[in-house]
Amino acid sequence: MTDDISNPARGADSKPEAPATFGMPLLRIDSVVKRFGKFRAVDALSLDIHAGEFFALLGPSGCGKTTLLRMLAGFETPDEGRILLNGEDIAQIPPHQRPVNMMFQNYALFPHLNVRDNIEFGLKRAQMPSSEIAARVTEMVALVKLDGLEKRKPDQLSGGQRQRVALARSLARRPQLLLLDEPLAALDKKLRESTQLELMELQRRLGLTFIIVTHDQAEAMTVAGRIGVMDAGRLEQVAAPRELYEAPRSRWIAEFVGDINLIEGKLDTSEEPRPTMARRLAIATAQAGTIYVAEPRQPFTRTNLCVAIRPEKVKLSRRPPVSDDTRAINRLEGVVTDVSYLGGITSYKIKLDNGAVLRSSMANTARLDLDAYSPSQRVVAWFSPEDCVVLEQ
Amino acid sequence: MSARTIFTRPARLAAIAPYLWMVLFFLVPFLFVLKISLSQTAIAQPPYTPLFDVSEGWETTKAAFAALSFDNFRLLVSDDLYVLSYLRSLMVAAISTSILLVIGYPIAYGMARLPQRWQAVAMMLVIVPFWTSFLIRIYAWINILQHDGLLNQILLALHVVSAPVVWLSTDSAMYLGIVYSYLPFMILPLYATLSKMDPALLEAANDLGASPRQAFWRVTFPLSLPGVGAGVLLCFIPIVGEFVIPDLLAGSDSLMIGQTLWLEFFTNKDWPVASAVAAILLILLIVPLLFYDRLQRRQLEQT
Repeated sequence: MTDDISNPARGADSKPEAPATFGMPLLRIDSVVKRFGKFRAVDALSLDIHAGEFFALLGPSGCGKTTLLRMLAGFETPDEGRILLNGEDIAQIPPHQRPVNMMFQNYALFPHLNVRDNIEFGLKRAQMPSSEIAARVTEMVALVKLDGLEKRKPDQLSGGQRQRVALARSLARRPQLLLLDEPLAALDKKLRESTQLELMELQRRLGLTFIIVTHDQAEAMTVAGRIGVMDAGRLEQVAAPRELYEAPRSRWIAEFVGDINLIEGKLDTSEEPRPTMARRLAIATAQAGTIYVAEPRQPFTRTNLCVAIRPEKVKLSRRPPVSDDTRAINRLEGVVTDVSYLGGITSYKIKLDNGAVLRSSMANTARLDLDAYSPSQRVVAWFSPEDCVVLEQ
Repeated sequence: MSARTIFTRPARLAAIAPYLWMVLFFLVPFLFVLKISLSQTAIAQPPYTPLFDVSEGWETTKAAFAALSFDNFRLLVSDDLYVLSYLRSLMVAAISTSILLVIGYPIAYGMARLPQRWQAVAMMLVIVPFWTSFLIRIYAWINILQHDGLLNQILLALHVVSAPVVWLSTDSAMYLGIVYSYLPFMILPLYATLSKMDPALLEAANDLGASPRQAFWRVTFPLSLPGVGAGVLLCFIPIVGEFVIPDLLAGSDSLMIGQTLWLEFFTNKDWPVASAVAAILLILLIVPLLFYDRLQRRQLEQT
């Protein structure tokens, strides 16, 4: 699973932003198992993370992502497997002896210490000379823009300021690896978005390796170069955000990441490909008729298939599009049942004549949209074969 | 908006209720005691003069005030008996409270780290002794510690000692009794602060390079100081005035102030001196209370 970042069976859009893979990875998680009683919180998981990466662990609650992070920090010990940091197995090393720091979900700032003492805490434990400590603290305070607040106690700070103190404290020791456990969950939406950008900026500037745990897809996609999606203690897919979205490896991933239309069907081999077209496969579905998809680079191993198409790739029009447009080869007629205006986009639900319900979202590119569709209006939903992802099940 | 206007009438009543209680059941009785302490002994019923009798008019009341004197307080300061008694009480309280803290802290710490359902059980075990009368428990200790008591029998049977050891009527027996009786008062406030503490703070300390021992002294202990303060006060103050335990378990060669007070009141029938002893004891005990109060107020102001 670890090396499988490129995915040959998927569409043309799925070129991953491969990390610099030369040399040893900074961190190698090797078949790590963590059990709590009979429950396998982390189940034979392997993953390589390279120096300078911003990696996100994404997954529903209880998927094991936090347990994995806590094993990296040293708060949990794996039952099986190895955790190699720079080639050295740190699985059994206690947290205070690891060159790894963590930013805690609720920050875990020491309430009896002021901002300066909180940031200093780790440096004092490292027995750094006091002149160096002072210089480092000043540097950290400036880095997270907390100048003038050094003497404040945590409860005299706003949520955003506390988040900055926690970040400065975890960065002060210059860890080889910084772990961030839902670092922005306590912030409101606006602040969270601006902090995401600052976090990326900081990571790039310091050249450090960050691993963030989050359940927020948008956050993972914004900050991370690569995302590992976890479910039931396993990594379902490790990929760059774009690949994860455009080339999900499984039906579970497709449904977990973003919105998607799923139509079940079987490969229809009776249909002869028309000579004018690029190689297409026909998939016979019960609820949406025959859907044409791009031929995958590897043949399917199973016959039960599922066509997945993102709502923004389903276009709507009042009349069928011009017939020789091959991008519009999939045309499904139906009736608009639901219209949700969301500002930037409008989301439609269309009940197809064959039974399926299809979602389509269209960007509102003009202030006055004279083309908007209304409920009970008959429309044609059309999409290109290249925009379909076929998942085996 | 002023703070006063946000209180409704019932809320204001509820707010003054504790003050009313304090005035009725503490301040008024204390003023009686203070007044008696400024009187002289007399062979009468009650055994002191002067008595106020407002019904006899303003002049007699004024004369009664004029007759008040500080003689009793002068006596307390000049006579070694009282000074030593106060000093012994403070010393016994200080030593006992230190022992209580050293024993109580690890117990409270252990309790706070038990799994949730075991914490309730541990709490019960701490409280269970309260179900038996305090006096009966002290008499039980007399039974255990006396010449042919359980402790000596066990020590003899195990050949640790060859002859019975004198336990009863020693300071050790008194400290044992005090520590045994007051332990819950030390454990409960400590447990309350320790169990409230976010375990993530300790993980953060570990993560930042602190060994478990450093994490305890840099994070757990400073954060538990309010509980330490509460436990120390809850033990120290009543131990200073303790009467029953030293009377039953300690020897009679030196007395704690509670015993001296009892002697003055019941044996010597000298109510004014006994009242003066009580008044000074109260003043002695108010000092640490005020200090603690200021400490807490300063913490509140910081937040």
